[in-house]
Amino acid sequence: MKSGSNLEKILTAGHFAVTGECGPPRSADHNVVREKARFLKGCVDAVNVTDNQTSVVRMSSLAASLILQQEGLEANMQMVCRDRNRIAMQSDILGASALGIKNLLCLSGDHQKFGDHPDSKNVFDLDSMQLIQTVKLLRDERKLLSGQEMKEGAEPRLFIGAAVNPFADPFEFRVYRLAKKIAAGVDFVQTQCIYNMDKFKEYLKQARDLGLTEKVFILAGITPMKSLGMARYMQKSVPGMDVPESAIDRIRGAEKKDQAREGIKMAVEQMQELKEMPGVAGVHLMAIEWEERVPEIMELAGFLPRPVV
Amino acid sequence: MIVAQRKPLEEILEMVKSYNKILLAGCKGCVTVCNAGGAKEVGILASTLRLARKKDDRPLEVDELTLERQCDPEYIETLEDKIRNYQAVVSMACSVGPQFIAARFPGTAVYPALNTSFMGGAKEHGVWAEYCQGCGDCKIHLFGGLCPVARCAKSLFNGPCGGSSKGVCEVDKDTDCVWHLIVTKLMEEGKLDRLMEVRPLKNWVTSRDGGPRKVVREDLKI
Repeated sequence: MKSGSNLEKILTAGHFAVTGECGPPRSADHNVVREKARFLKGCVDAVNVTDNQTSVVRMSSLAASLILQQEGLEANMQMVCRDRNRIAMQSDILGASALGIKNLLCLSGDHQKFGDHPDSKNVFDLDSMQLIQTVKLLRDERKLLSGQEMKEGAEPRLFIGAAVNPFADPFEFRVYRLAKKIAAGVDFVQTQCIYNMDKFKEYLKQARDLGLTEKVFILAGITPMKSLGMARYMQKSVPGMDVPESAIDRIRGAEKKDQAREGIKMAVEQMQELKEMPGVAGVHLMAIEWEERVPEIMELAGFLPRPVV
Repeated sequence: MIVAQRKPLEEILEMVKSYNKILLAGCKGCVTVCNAGGAKEVGILASTLRLARKKDDRPLEVDELTLERQCDPEYIETLEDKIRNYQAVVSMACSVGPQFIAARFPGTAVYPALNTSFMGGAKEHGVWAEYCQGCGDCKIHLFGGLCPVARCAKSLFNGPCGGSSKGVCEVDKDTDCVWHLIVTKLMEEGKLDRLMEVRPLKNWVTSRDGGPRKVVREDLKI
């Protein structure tokens, strides 16, 4: 075991894993995190805790991760390169591991232009690829970037994750970028939300043909649509998101009061389809500010109870 | 070249509001080429300032002068016999110019009329774009002759990020995703192997992060 995390154990044992997501509050209110944890507990194998997602200031990923872990869930702590240099990042990685974090998702991070502090300075000392390399160096070589060694047992034990976007451009390079993340040392990847299943299948086939699905656990991203408005927003305003007209049509086909139910039905069908796909090791269920519906989605998909390893 | 833009007129008027005689100093270097602070722009700004102040019934005398360069002490020196005739100097060079003038003539009020924008070039008539960030360790040959430090919004060395869409950067729909250009070019040239190398962490010591920089050429020192 590289980290001994629940997520690692589930995936290594060959179970179809499910990760959830929790966005920390824009305040110091720990109860918000505890409330979200209540819905996710027992439904997912680990929970991504976002790091100031969309560049909006929120409770730190590490703090919210620890609160989740106090509630008996396992955190998959996200870390972005936007706000910290290599000194702060290594320091936070060591601290997170010391406090019991076992999964770390390495991201470049959204540009601050999109958030609530567009006037801030960004860092990007490292990119996501280099962050993966760094965590691997700390864990497997027991060395800091400076070359400073850690004694055996004192190194951070982390299951290293990353994000991949099969739908961003240029498409033909996307699978090679996955290969590059594997070369950098990633253990698992979570994909951008899938709405264009045909395109995802093509990407997955490319990954299988290159032997990548043997080298990394791929968790397919799912975000249930709450409404037609949300579907349209995702289609038009989220960079790197591919929402085909057919998905929009399906939500539009339902009456307004039934659109959320239709969105959940779509997500459940996708999850079941993904479970049968060779090369897909699990799903990453991002029910954005909709954590209370996760138990229902998991039940409908037939993914409960979660395996215990 | 250094690309600069003139500050809004209101900002410049505010800077000179307490004066009635100033020197407006242009530069024949980069800012002439990018039409921001050469003799022509000095003339335009001088007339505009005079008119604006005349309208306010507080006339401003503006003398015009365009130096060979403002980033060279040799040319700054030519101001010596003139500068005492003015209450203030407004420089239309990049920010190096007003700093040189202020350092050479302590006690003189010096103001910048331009905002220094970036190092770049003209993409078309009237359009300039950033191409270099002066990181001090050029590696563009590894990226198909394109610079990810200056031209990627996140300075990624292993791009493109997930926000690259149809060749455009997520940060601005009018900006090319440089990583789209890099990948497309190298793949067309059959150089996928070059893209597959994980580029290591950059050493930023030669960049601004290492502190203010200086180039010393012993062979040229007198």
